Amino acid sequence: MSATLLIVVLLVLSAVAFQVGRSKALRSTGGKIAPLHSLPTYYGSYVALWVGIPSLIVVALWLIFEPQIINALLLAALPEQVRALTPAELGLQINDIKNHALGGITSSELSPQLQQVADYYVSLRQNGLLGMAIVAIAAGIGGLAIGWRHVAPNFRARNHVERTIRIVLIVASSIAILTTVGIVLSLLFESIRFFAQVSPIEFLFGLQWSPQTALRADQVGQSGAFGAVPIFAGTLLITIIAMVVAVPIGLFSAIYMAEYASPRFRSVIKPVLEVLAGIPTVVYGFFAALTVAPAIRGFGEGIGLDVASESALAAGLVMGIMIIPFVSSLSDDVINAVPQSLRDGSFAMGATKSETVRQVVLPAALPGIVGSVLLAVSRAIGETMIVVMAAGLAANLTANPFEAVTTVTVQIVTLLTGDQEFDSAKTLAAFALGLVLFVITLGLNVIALRVVRRYREKYD
Amino acid sequence: MTDLLAGRVLTDAAAQQRLKRRHRAERRFKYYGLAAIFAALGVLAVLLVTIVGSGYSAFQQTYIQLDIELREDVIDPNGTRLDDDLRQANYAVLVREALLKIFPEASGRRDRREVSHLISSGAGIQLLNMMLKDSSLIGTTQTIWFKASADLDSFSKGQIPRDVPEDERKVSDKQIAWIDQLSEMGLVEKKFNYDFFTTADSREPEQAGILGAVVGSLLTLIVTLVLSFPIAVAAAVYLEEFAPKNKLTDFIEININNLAAVPSIVFGLLGLAVFLNYFELPRSAPLVGGMVLALMTLPTIIIASRAALKAVPPSIREAAMGMGASPVQMVMHHVLPLAMPGILTGTIIGMAQALGETAPLLMIGMVAFIVDVPGSFTDASTVLPVQVFLWADAPERGFVERTSAAIMVLLAFLIAMNILAVLLRRRFERRW
Repeated sequence: MSATLLIVVLLVLSAVAFQVGRSKALRSTGGKIAPLHSLPTYYGSYVALWVGIPSLIVVALWLIFEPQIINALLLAALPEQVRALTPAELGLQINDIKNHALGGITSSELSPQLQQVADYYVSLRQNGLLGMAIVAIAAGIGGLAIGWRHVAPNFRARNHVERTIRIVLIVASSIAILTTVGIVLSLLFESIRFFAQVSPIEFLFGLQWSPQTALRADQVGQSGAFGAVPIFAGTLLITIIAMVVAVPIGLFSAIYMAEYASPRFRSVIKPVLEVLAGIPTVVYGFFAALTVAPAIRGFGEGIGLDVASESALAAGLVMGIMIIPFVSSLSDDVINAVPQSLRDGSFAMGATKSETVRQVVLPAALPGIVGSVLLAVSRAIGETMIVVMAAGLAANLTANPFEAVTTVTVQIVTLLTGDQEFDSAKTLAAFALGLVLFVITLGLNVIALRVVRRYREKYD
Repeated sequence: MTDLLAGRVLTDAAAQQRLKRRHRAERRFKYYGLAAIFAALGVLAVLLVTIVGSGYSAFQQTYIQLDIELREDVIDPNGTRLDDDLRQANYAVLVREALLKIFPEASGRRDRREVSHLISSGAGIQLLNMMLKDSSLIGTTQTIWFKASADLDSFSKGQIPRDVPEDERKVSDKQIAWIDQLSEMGLVEKKFNYDFFTTADSREPEQAGILGAVVGSLLTLIVTLVLSFPIAVAAAVYLEEFAPKNKLTDFIEININNLAAVPSIVFGLLGLAVFLNYFELPRSAPLVGGMVLALMTLPTIIIASRAALKAVPPSIREAAMGMGASPVQMVMHHVLPLAMPGILTGTIIGMAQALGETAPLLMIGMVAFIVDVPGSFTDASTVLPVQVFLWADAPERGFVERTSAAIMVLLAFLIAMNILAVLLRRRFERRW
């Protein structure tokens, strides 16, 4: 029984339940609606909910616990000598069995004994799915019976249905919390495993980053060093370049839009500028790698500079362009929120428009502008595709924008997209970097949102 | 008094100087603003021109016409006409024979190899498919258009110049002479590259298309939409209409605002750790990609939906309540339908965001090289932006124009979605 079939069966069952509940309610009053407490559809919905919710709970529980239960059963079925292996080898062996069972690519032929385990695994999964389907359908039918028995003319079906709807709404809005918790937990768990192998002090303050770990003890140059300072420095360098581009251009366009532009100019140009924010970052990355980086390299050679082909400058410039609309539209809002009375006061004192902007409007809007710049910085730090395509891979501790540097996001991508080693410090390092990224961007956002909100309250 | 002062200001030369300077500063300041705007617009123009300029040529493909003698002793020596036997045959031999008939001077081993490199290596498959469709053609001679190989295609589009030394370009002098001879005979033609839209990825640029990525994107977006739309609308309705003002509600709101600003790659890490490692869902599948993108777009849709709900005037709510509707009926029957255009606009914008997203999908393995068009939500597949990323990384010359062409297709989808959102807003927007 496939999952799709199960869904169809459950949907049909719910539809049947709806009809059954509705018609029982109508029949109980001889087809008249008035004696019923609720409209007939509410009785139908009530019974349908009794089918849907129990069976959905069964499916959800199965989805959550199935992998764990099956893994435990699989482990118990393994021969003694296999179970005595180290966790890493055991994991490899189990993966092998699973791949074999599901017809994937395997690294070795299985022994007859393990073949038996693989067959057992296939049957476990099939029986598990079948069993779950039967339990889910049984729960649905049981629910139908219970709901059907409740249907009576003075039964408050609408109140029950509406209470359920409210609970569903609450559950839906708490998914945001669940996502945050999921992010924090998954990053934290993997990072703790990483820090069990590499000390946090070395990670945060070490100057050497070469995440290859040795497969054999006698390998050369494979020692594995996890000092992330060069990565943080590279991220900072590229972010600074991006901000040097984005802040002046974004701020000046915001000032022009808010203070000088005619409504017609504004209504045309503003959406066009927003297009810059809508272009996928992979397009910027391609643009940086194909056009900007060679142009900068050529220019550098022209004036006798040695420019790396993956220079921090190229990635930073293009990232700055991407961020212009963030700075400009946020600052635009902030400048527009400055009360007109401040401007009028300044004009009355004889100040020109630019003097008003510089000496009255900008100081008044400064907290909001700082907030928007902080949001833009967090955007730049978390931006991935531009740097993956246009910045370097090797960690390089330098402040020279013409050299190639690497960033946190580039390292996460390279550590997790190549050949993954099971549980190695290399893969886990990506999660530690992700944790750092999450904490920093979260901090910046919280500060920025607080600054912007406090500023809004001041003038509202 | 004021007259006196005014007269003095106007006559004082130093004051006039000062005024002039201030007005100059005023103009300068204004021009800085204009310059900033036009700098941004200029970069946008350069970006688009670069992409279109390097990508439009991918919509054309050079074809070469050959008379192929479909020899039975090569294709089906046993005369069985069974599909399995037809699949065994070496069709490349037939293509080479046809070429050698035109260029009898190519006799050495190297020459023969260079001759066969004029035609795409997919020519054999093309012949096989013809034979599988209609085996009665065996034994006849057919005139067939074949794709030129990627290097020859680039050459005939002028992307590989003639005047560089032979060892610095991928096309040899002999091949240039041959292709010139072929075009004189009228056997070379540029045609619209239909295959670019009907095939999936390939290692050979001339055989690579975007259909696989487009279908992958579509499947992923369906999952994203099915998950994020109901959840986001439900969350927005709760927060805007029912939620009491308490700590929990505040906490949910803070969470939503922060999630909107979490870097997308972090969602990829979440997907990897939870969906792949814990729930053991299949890698590279649109199902998982859609789930990750759904979590990512939730905040966008929630925020837009709340704004749309807030825009519905309280009088509607009061009227519904006055008629005896319960709060849930009031929301479901009146407020939500009136807010729907705004909610849909926000959803389309969220979907456009999801369509352009790359980084989180790299984390869950959607970056694999996949030659089949995905057929279900659990098949390994890739999506348009990831296809752009993959091709941008490929070393072959022919992939540069295809990368740009794929970007053009991606941007076309995004523009279409945004226009749809704008039209929706225009059509249904109500001022209360």
